[in-house]
Amino acid sequence: MLLEMAADAFGDRVAFVDPVADSSITYAELLAAARTAAQAVHDSGAERLAMLDVSNLAIPVGLFAAGWADVPYVPLNYRLTEAEIDALLERITPAYLVTDLTHMTAFGDRQGVALTSRGDFLGMARGGGGDEDYRSMDPEAVGVLLFTSGTTGAPKAAVLRHKHLVSYIFNSVEFGAADEHDAALVCVPPYHVAGIGAVLSSVYSGRRVVQLANFSPEAWIEIARTEKITTAFVVPTMLARIVHALEGQESAHMPHLQSLSYGGGKMPLAVIERAMQLFSDTDFTNAYGLTETSSTITVLGPDEHRAAAGSEDEAVRRRLQSAGVPLPGIEIEVRNDEGKALPTGERGEIYVRGDQVSGEYEGRGSTVGADGWFPTRDAGYLDEEGYLFLEGRADDVIVRGGENMSPGEIEDVLLEHGAVEDAAVVGVPSVEWGEAVVSAVVLKATATQTELQDWVKQHLRSSRVPERIEFWQELPYNETGKLLRRVVKERLDSA
Amino acid sequence: MTTLSAGKRLKSAVCSTEIMVIAAPDGDVEITCGGSPMGDGATNGGAVDPGHAEGTAIGKRYVNADGSLEVLCVKAGEGSLAADGDALAVKDAKKLPKTD
Repeated sequence: MLLEMAADAFGDRVAFVDPVADSSITYAELLAAARTAAQAVHDSGAERLAMLDVSNLAIPVGLFAAGWADVPYVPLNYRLTEAEIDALLERITPAYLVTDLTHMTAFGDRQGVALTSRGDFLGMARGGGGDEDYRSMDPEAVGVLLFTSGTTGAPKAAVLRHKHLVSYIFNSVEFGAADEHDAALVCVPPYHVAGIGAVLSSVYSGRRVVQLANFSPEAWIEIARTEKITTAFVVPTMLARIVHALEGQESAHMPHLQSLSYGGGKMPLAVIERAMQLFSDTDFTNAYGLTETSSTITVLGPDEHRAAAGSEDEAVRRRLQSAGVPLPGIEIEVRNDEGKALPTGERGEIYVRGDQVSGEYEGRGSTVGADGWFPTRDAGYLDEEGYLFLEGRADDVIVRGGENMSPGEIEDVLLEHGAVEDAAVVGVPSVEWGEAVVSAVVLKATATQTELQDWVKQHLRSSRVPERIEFWQELPYNETGKLLRRVVKERLDSA
Repeated sequence: MTTLSAGKRLKSAVCSTEIMVIAAPDGDVEITCGGSPMGDGATNGGAVDPGHAEGTAIGKRYVNADGSLEVLCVKAGEGSLAADGDALAVKDAKKLPKTD
């Protein structure tokens, strides 16, 4: 429906551009291609349309074709090993699989998998006239099945129904709001919920999307300049690398870039402050969301970024580290272990309620309570003005001698020390305390363990002082910028 | 008269207008376009009533006076929308930061 509206209102506009393949597709062509592909998917008898590929024109065609064929769209992480992908495929057969990764073509031999190459898929889709039948999309039908990154166990398949996705778009985008010259640079992988959100919201707003298949700061900077990109989304590690690549320059020299939003992990204060200097005319937005909530649920907008960066007031300045306030149609509550709502300023688990919230996993049902609230497993607190602050996962809480503490609180203090570039705090098994607080720190200037311990002691209760601090060259992150706490824990525990 | 729920799609019987219900009040409500009740797409052979001919615009949201009914125009047409006889008004566009 979203694409039908776009094709109807601005069919001749370019919808997606793949600079690597030097090809593009208009909204009208995208609708025709999705309809034609839907027929092929339907005829194949597949019950899922799986996509195992980097960003390219087949991604939006596949996403909308799945909706048209009334089968879930399942984007798979191409960075997984063959065995891991095999295990996921087994859970979604019979499936129509599109991939262009040559080492992945072996999956075509699997039972229940109909494999098509990207080229064949696009050729077929763009060669047909498109099925003109009117099909009413069932709001209850599953639109997207998204495997979570599974940092703590086997990946869970989050179920996003059309009603969740459409509700997210209606809450966050105004139809046709994009100017004819607007262009979005999408560099998040298509298997990430932000990648899906980017496709849907760009289509609904009528923006031209330029796809960057494999992120590198150099490629991002070049495309942003040559394609006159007006809006982009990055994860924190990407912004850190872009800022690093621009080091020594006074400005980013991207006069067209009106807005730059980020999310998907914790943004280091130093990175966002430096980015705001380099991109002084650009509007920054921090977006917080989960796969299970159909992407963004809270935003820290451009005005708040500028107010925070320029403020002498510590509480206002700290807001630069906040996830912002809820989108329209979203409610946020912080609760304790017993599920009771906590007052302002107190730390607990973040709960969310709204029409775009799914909270459902395949084979496990819904984790949304009877009252409509979904427990995110993220920890945090709300300040007096209702700004949300994140403090890692609820599961990351360290329990030392019966006292609960959030690693984020200790990490923030360490990061404020002038010699600290990056810091991770975890709990490791301890005979004496149950769990002991230990830390891995990346330095940018010299500092000793004792100095840093004293620093933490000055700011927090003594129980929060890491009893051991290791100095590492870098911390382990996954490709979308999430700190791999499990890896940090294992390495610190074995030391 | 029908009970509406979010996600329900309706077509005009006298023009090309199509809408989707975003929010609906409890109880029965009759939505008309061009003066004729909207339904599943069957045309009634009639024409747009000149008193209901201001037209609909794609992507615009329309609401009733108390805001309990909200619909989205997914296909434009010549008729204008009303609920239980009262004309629906265009809802102002929201100003939102771009998030992705």
